[in-house]
Amino acid sequence: MTAQAAAAGGAPDAEIPGGGAASITVEHLTMRFGGLIAIDDVSLQAATGRITAVIGPNGAGKTTVFNCLTGFYKPSVGRLILHHPRHDYLLERLEGYRTAQDAGVARTFQNIRLFPRMTVLENLIVAQHNKLMRASGYTVLGLFGFKGYRDAEAKAVELARYWLDRIHLTDKADWDAGNLPYGDQRRLEIARAMCTEPLLLCLDEPAAGLNPRESHELNSLLTYIRDQHKIGVLLIEHDMSVVMHISDHIIVLDYGRKISDGTPEQVRNDPAVIRAYLGDDEEGGGGPS
Amino acid sequence: MQNSFAYFVDQLINGLTLGSIYGLIAIGYTMVYGIIGMINFAHGEIFMIGSFVSIITFLILGMAGVTWVPLALLIVLIVAMLLTSIYGWTLERVAYRPLRGSPRLAALITAIGMSIFLQNYVQLLQGARNKPMQPVISGGVTVMQDQGYVVSLSYMQMIIIVVTVVLMAAFTLMITRTSLGRAQRACEQDRNMAALIGVNVDRTISLTFVVGAMLASVAGLMFLLYYGVIDFFIGFLAGIKAFTAAVLGGIGSLPGAMLGGLLIGLIEAFWSGYFTVEYKDVAAFSILVLVLVFRPSGLLGKPDIEKV
Repeated sequence: MTAQAAAAGGAPDAEIPGGGAASITVEHLTMRFGGLIAIDDVSLQAATGRITAVIGPNGAGKTTVFNCLTGFYKPSVGRLILHHPRHDYLLERLEGYRTAQDAGVARTFQNIRLFPRMTVLENLIVAQHNKLMRASGYTVLGLFGFKGYRDAEAKAVELARYWLDRIHLTDKADWDAGNLPYGDQRRLEIARAMCTEPLLLCLDEPAAGLNPRESHELNSLLTYIRDQHKIGVLLIEHDMSVVMHISDHIIVLDYGRKISDGTPEQVRNDPAVIRAYLGDDEEGGGGPS
Repeated sequence: MQNSFAYFVDQLINGLTLGSIYGLIAIGYTMVYGIIGMINFAHGEIFMIGSFVSIITFLILGMAGVTWVPLALLIVLIVAMLLTSIYGWTLERVAYRPLRGSPRLAALITAIGMSIFLQNYVQLLQGARNKPMQPVISGGVTVMQDQGYVVSLSYMQMIIIVVTVVLMAAFTLMITRTSLGRAQRACEQDRNMAALIGVNVDRTISLTFVVGAMLASVAGLMFLLYYGVIDFFIGFLAGIKAFTAAVLGGIGSLPGAMLGGLLIGLIEAFWSGYFTVEYKDVAAFSILVLVLVFRPSGLLGKPDIEKV
């Protein structure tokens, strides 16, 4: 019932299921492609220091939400507010790269998009590009090896090493990223996103194609990010073992509308969710036995 | 005489000199192709503008009484790099950026249009006549003597080869070690993803044009000093040759551009030396045709294998 109420209301000031302060607030997001309505008046919030999962059947509009958040699409209606310590950013008004640079939103894709012909380490350092550009006086000073730049570079390498450790790729740091096994590439993508030092990390099906062991490793990486770095993690996932295990808060989309919003416990027992996933039942609302 | 070793060495020196100039221009082609996938046909004109800026600066310095050659060269070098890179930046900003995301053909036609525009622009401002310049650097050393044939290496040739090696080393360092170089490679491999990790893609592309124009302007200055005469049309042939060099080396590959430039220079020099000077361009462009037919990805380029 509480889940239903939250879904219907979407009041921005309502407490977020799973707790925590809001990292992102999406208000009345609608996305139309010609006559097709991909997202229909969706409001949601994700909290810092929590993992928020967005689930739903195929074509529910999950990835479209991500594309709106990261500036690939301009929403037809709605506001996307990122709560930054400095001030709030309206993501729909930010130009491409500023979403990452200023607002601190990082994302990964369903299909892996590393820089395949750069080394693992370089993939992590290029993600710290803006810091380094400023430190190097836009490369001019860097070419002459000024101290400030070398320090910044050393720090960037340090951060990269830290994440390499976390994802167990330290000994493959000099490999071309494109030659890594699939599971390693997935984790490297997340590490690269983290190297931009984001406030909100959007992961689009990070567990897709992973075997159970890799998917377990992913779970511990994500909970590590949540607990140690205290940022908001927004997650699209089909793998329920991942979703139910690590999410603090679940949002369910179906046909572009939000049908449920609550803690994993609430969502699991929400009749609307069961209907969407298992089809309409004659008895209506009967939970799985 | 043609059979002597000395003659061979002479041609080798000529080829290396010419190849250095081609190589510096070719980098601009290959870099732009790598990052935005278009052939910037106006790049040859940027080289030509580099030459013109150099000759004008020399004249101004001469009038101002700066006659100490090293100082004059340094000033000309800096002014040429600065002004030419502004041309490169403007070219991208005005002609190419508005067309980003439009079909490749549109960008290609615009590039050819800009090439013609810049040629005419210089022709109108500077006149169509040849612009000769007094040799600034003369003299040289005798490398060897064989059957009465004297091979000498002029100071100018030495400077051209050394400057090219230094610039290419600095440029390689920039691409592999600096954050701008990393950003350029990231943009080349996946532009959208680069933006998502906070790389300002537009600025990176602009800087690519600036760097390419700087290298071309140095080539322009050295061309002026070496041949002592320029006109508004030199960019066309040099540009096409450098483009051939980039394709020969594998377009998009930076070491490929350097190698391709060197090879085209050598082919031209040896062809002129052992066959006929009249057909040296035919030799260079036959190479272009052969490469396109038998190895479209070039010597160092990676063949496009699509994963299915």
